[in-house]
Amino acid sequence: MNIFIILGMGAAVGFLSGMFGVGGGFLITPLLIFYNIPPIVAVATGANQVVASSVSGALSHFRRGTLDIKLGTVLLAGGLAGATVGIWIFALLRSVGQLDLVISLLYVVLLGTVGTLMLLESIRALRRAATNQPVSLRRPGQHSWVHRLPLKMRFKKSKIYLSVIPVVGLGFGIGILTSIMGVGGGFIMVPAMIYLLRIPTNVVVGTSLFQIIFVTAYTTVVQATTNYSVDIVLAFILMVAGVIGAQYGVRVGQRLRGEQLRALLALLVLAVGARLAIDLVVTPRDLYSVVSEGVYR
Amino acid sequence: MRAIPALLLALGLAFPAAAQVLEDRPVEFPEKLEIGISTDEIAISSDFRGADLTIFGAIESYDPALLTQGKYDIVVALEGPKDNNTVRVKERVFGIWVNRRSMTFELVPESYSLSSTRDVETIAEPAMLNGVGVGIQHIRLSPVGYLGDGSNLTEFRDAFRRLKESGGFYQKDPGGVQFISASLFKATVKLPASVPNGTHVVRAHLFRDGVFIAEKALPLRVMKTGIEQMISNAAYNNSLAYGAFSVFLALVTGWLASVVYRKD
Repeated sequence: MNIFIILGMGAAVGFLSGMFGVGGGFLITPLLIFYNIPPIVAVATGANQVVASSVSGALSHFRRGTLDIKLGTVLLAGGLAGATVGIWIFALLRSVGQLDLVISLLYVVLLGTVGTLMLLESIRALRRAATNQPVSLRRPGQHSWVHRLPLKMRFKKSKIYLSVIPVVGLGFGIGILTSIMGVGGGFIMVPAMIYLLRIPTNVVVGTSLFQIIFVTAYTTVVQATTNYSVDIVLAFILMVAGVIGAQYGVRVGQRLRGEQLRALLALLVLAVGARLAIDLVVTPRDLYSVVSEGVYR
Repeated sequence: MRAIPALLLALGLAFPAAAQVLEDRPVEFPEKLEIGISTDEIAISSDFRGADLTIFGAIESYDPALLTQGKYDIVVALEGPKDNNTVRVKERVFGIWVNRRSMTFELVPESYSLSSTRDVETIAEPAMLNGVGVGIQHIRLSPVGYLGDGSNLTEFRDAFRRLKESGGFYQKDPGGVQFISASLFKATVKLPASVPNGTHVVRAHLFRDGVFIAEKALPLRVMKTGIEQMISNAAYNNSLAYGAFSVFLALVTGWLASVVYRKD
């Protein structure tokens, strides 16, 4: 393992995450897998790294008052339950030898979907800019099925009155992804909160970061105690390079035009997904593999 | 010291198995085997790139006539700590390579380094070697809860040996045992760079004209040292504190970054 490659990886992903305001976990874990780090370690270490990259963001949102702690706590309740279930699935997949496959498959689906959506969105934005059309803010119907669910609760900071069922459910789903894929899940949670739950945009990012910190921290501890798969040295190098890279990414991102950058990130995400997909299809060098069960250690 | 009774027990168990093979054993052989190593503990630092371990030994109460004819053969094996190992084979499912079939072997050594007076396969018949369990082709590979027809067994055993050999965990050195005087010998076994931590066993076997007649075993503790191993020990032995510290490091790193780069 070359420390400079890891530093570079962390800095590059940190830079991108700062530029686009994404967590970066969904890039770090596949990159580590490409670098021949075992997927089980890549996932657990990725979750650890996301803790660091989310803290500074959450702190600045907290200072600015754009963090709904009550809403975040409800999300977190679902998140912790989801992460617990996720770790259980993780251990089960590992014992039947399908963990690496499932991690890769999930990443192919996730990166493929996110990359395609981002690319389409940025192409649409570029076209709009070219024809000088004003950005049309779609205003879909105020109420959907989500808002007819029972168990409503008032979230003062977000100024909404919402059922806790979809909030807990969203947290739960993201929690599963965190423990199986080592991602924070902000890139799914943020759009879901905005479009599905209609939570005001200004509190969405801070609140999702708040829940991500706790769910990834919890996942790190549980991975460390059940699978011994957190590599603290690897994680530390990644997080230091990542938080520094993110600061410069933010500065560069503010000066450049968003649409082209988004299209570039989308292409990068698609490329990472494609590489993982190719690895699944290409005939492996050796069809056989051997693992020590570690039962007598 | 707890290893010694366990070892004696293991020896006691190993002999009846060997005796089954040697049904036509005429009399008790007088020969005895003695071996010695300079240490029972090896400390390995993180820059370890592999090394040779030298074992000295002697045949006692030997038959001088047989010795001059070169009828005595010695095989020395360094067996690593044992654990269950699972071999899996991938098959194509809807275009994707998926682990389909698997077999778990019970308590096989993580590493195995063999040194002998000549190629083990020429020292004794395969049935004899299987009975003693010496040689990469002959160590015991018994599947856990296996109820198959046996045709897969060879496939998975071969794959296991091949993977262990190509990974450098299993190796052999025919000619690694040399006589330095009439009955005194020197055996060189290789410690691979990836030698596993834990209690290994140096096991010496004496063959007389193709017949296994004596065995002697000594434990050898391999202890990895250095900061990497300290971290690894913490991860396994104090996993909760280790996980909590990982989170703490992440929180401090994130917080420091937000303080250092604070814009207002």
